[in-house]
Amino acid sequence: MKPILQVNNVVKKYGDKTALNNISLDIPQGSIFGLLGPNGAGKTSLIRIINQITFPDSGEILLDGEKLSPHHVKHIGYMPEERGLYKSMKVGEQALYLAQLKGISKDEAKKQLKYWFDKLEIGDWWNKKIQELSKGMAQKIQFVVTVLHQPKLLIFDEPFSGFDPVNANIIKDEILELKEKGSTIIFSTHRMESVEEMCDEIALIHKSNKLLDGSLVDIKKQFRSNTFDLGINALNPNQLKDFLNAKYQIEDTFFKSLDNELKLSVKLNDRSANELLNDVLPFGQVTHFSEKIPSINDIFIQTVTNN
Amino acid sequence: MGVLSLIIKREFISKVRNKSFIVMTFVSPIIFVAVAALIGYLSSMKTEVKHIGIHDESGMFVNEFKNSESYKYHNVSKIDPKLLKDSVSQANYEGVLFIPKKDNLKDYEKAIEYVSEDSPSLGFIANTESKLSEKLLRKNLTNQGVDTILLDKSKIDVTMHLTKASGEETVKGVNEIKIGVGAIFGYLIMMFIIIYGNMVMRSVIEEKTSRIIEIIISSIKPIQLMMGKIIGTTLAGILQFVIWAIVGVVLLVVANVLLGLNTSSPTTEMISKAPEYNQLLSNVTIIFMEIKKLPLLSMAVYFLIYFIGGYFLYSSLYAAIGAAVDNETDTQQFMFPVIMPLMLGVYIGFFTVMNEPHGTVATIFSMIPFTSPIVMLMRIPFGVPFYEIALSIALLFATFIAIVWVAAKIYRVGILMYGKKPTWKELIKWLKY
Repeated sequence: MKPILQVNNVVKKYGDKTALNNISLDIPQGSIFGLLGPNGAGKTSLIRIINQITFPDSGEILLDGEKLSPHHVKHIGYMPEERGLYKSMKVGEQALYLAQLKGISKDEAKKQLKYWFDKLEIGDWWNKKIQELSKGMAQKIQFVVTVLHQPKLLIFDEPFSGFDPVNANIIKDEILELKEKGSTIIFSTHRMESVEEMCDEIALIHKSNKLLDGSLVDIKKQFRSNTFDLGINALNPNQLKDFLNAKYQIEDTFFKSLDNELKLSVKLNDRSANELLNDVLPFGQVTHFSEKIPSINDIFIQTVTNN
Repeated sequence: MGVLSLIIKREFISKVRNKSFIVMTFVSPIIFVAVAALIGYLSSMKTEVKHIGIHDESGMFVNEFKNSESYKYHNVSKIDPKLLKDSVSQANYEGVLFIPKKDNLKDYEKAIEYVSEDSPSLGFIANTESKLSEKLLRKNLTNQGVDTILLDKSKIDVTMHLTKASGEETVKGVNEIKIGVGAIFGYLIMMFIIIYGNMVMRSVIEEKTSRIIEIIISSIKPIQLMMGKIIGTTLAGILQFVIWAIVGVVLLVVANVLLGLNTSSPTTEMISKAPEYNQLLSNVTIIFMEIKKLPLLSMAVYFLIYFIGGYFLYSSLYAAIGAAVDNETDTQQFMFPVIMPLMLGVYIGFFTVMNEPHGTVATIFSMIPFTSPIVMLMRIPFGVPFYEIALSIALLFATFIAIVWVAAKIYRVGILMYGKKPTWKELIKWLKY
């Protein structure tokens, strides 16, 4: 799919500290893109450059093939990690003001605002001040403000932090719905389970360098180790272990099961899964046989610690 | 609607709706009038009469001292000096003047003594001394055979007419008027900068601490936000000043009516003092005529120019300070260098311009952009050559643009910096980001 956003060789330095070292990314149209990395990796620096809050020292960013320029702000919606609204301003006025700053008309903003307030059932908050709302309520307003001007590209920095599970789920569904409607979403997060669940593409940034990027499936394939989890009620476990040790690499492992069987992780060493299965069948009842799929969490930790 | 006008509108409305703004706007004039009324009342009260004893052994001076509203003189020459000193310490008399008897008038130079519990006022000392030496002078002249009555008759008072080279006639005291007008303008600018500059700073800090800043500057340029904030706050400030002026005038009129200080119809007392009153009236007319003679229109224009230049210069500094810190308590270290030139301007205005409006110091400080809005405005009523004003304004606006540029840089970096208290060195580093 054609990328909506292209980041080409972006370098950003603060004094003599490098925040982004020659980063290039393609973010496909209509995808949910996970921007991962430990704290201080440079994620926020990159997001701020995409939002034109700061500017790269070298390199360029293209939105829809056009070099990023001020008129693009109305196509981008941004929810920063540090949430904030004017505390003493009324909810409705504030949302209208922020939408107008993005360049949409007051009437259009009102229409959109009504749609979202009805959808999230928060219509009666219009005349309340932010300081009268709870943190979770303010977060909902923040979400509405981010999506109000119907941007093509949405950037969420840690979108679920601060939400209780119920509201987090509502927001998750809204994000998926926005994707269905054609928006592209950039996610910056530490919560790997939401990456597994939602992202199509990811990029991993560590110490201002991009370590890997691509579609989630491709990356997982890249990290597959041809290792299988095997559960078997063996008559003679020691004999089985000796036998397998000769052909494969085995380790004791743990997974959830109902029986108290022998649990092994077996690395195939260029042999096929069927061969392994054939080899173990004579030794007893097989209860469990599955490929070990690397979790994003594992990939994250493995990549970061190796560098 | 452009984004700048959106920001200006929001800033203006949020300032004007603020409770403390409303309270300040309507309570300040009331407090001001109340204080003015209190001062008026206190100064109209009769001061306590002080009793002064005069122990005059020579008998020559005692009649020279005439009772006045504040001093009552008592001839106590017959009473023992020791007893008198006791009565001073018991506070029967404010003080006692001891004049010994001397044959040679020259000996009086150091011989007269004034005994009191509290040290006397400078005015009292000067007044008493001049009375004594006047008497001695006359006595001396009489002794030399000069007719002092004839001398009095031959005295002629001279009042100089002050005329400018251009032929216009000026009146004494007009310098005070000029200083007054200039001082009011200069002071207004200083107060406005301090009050509303602080407001700009607080509003920047508020955006920073509430973290909305990142959302806003993902939509617009930081300099637009900064300028919008400064202009919006200024408009709120101007509104406040206008309301103060209107409420102040109304209150003063009301106070005048209520307190019966009606000056338009002369009372019988005033008629009995008709010549004095007429004198006063003509003085007032002269003062008004002098004020009218000042180039009011051009002064108003210059006031506006210097006000805009000076205010924007300083409030962008305030905005940069607000952006550099996380909370108001951290602003202290940066505030001093900002307030100092303002203070300097006012002091130079009062002490130097008053004595020598076109002296070197006054001229230099009316060129330096950080003091020129105050010092030049104080100089203008005295007549400043146009090229000096033009140079000063050019310097002010050049600096203003440079400072806005620097402030915007600090602002742009500062609003996204959290957690650490910046040093001057760091601020300079930010300029290179």
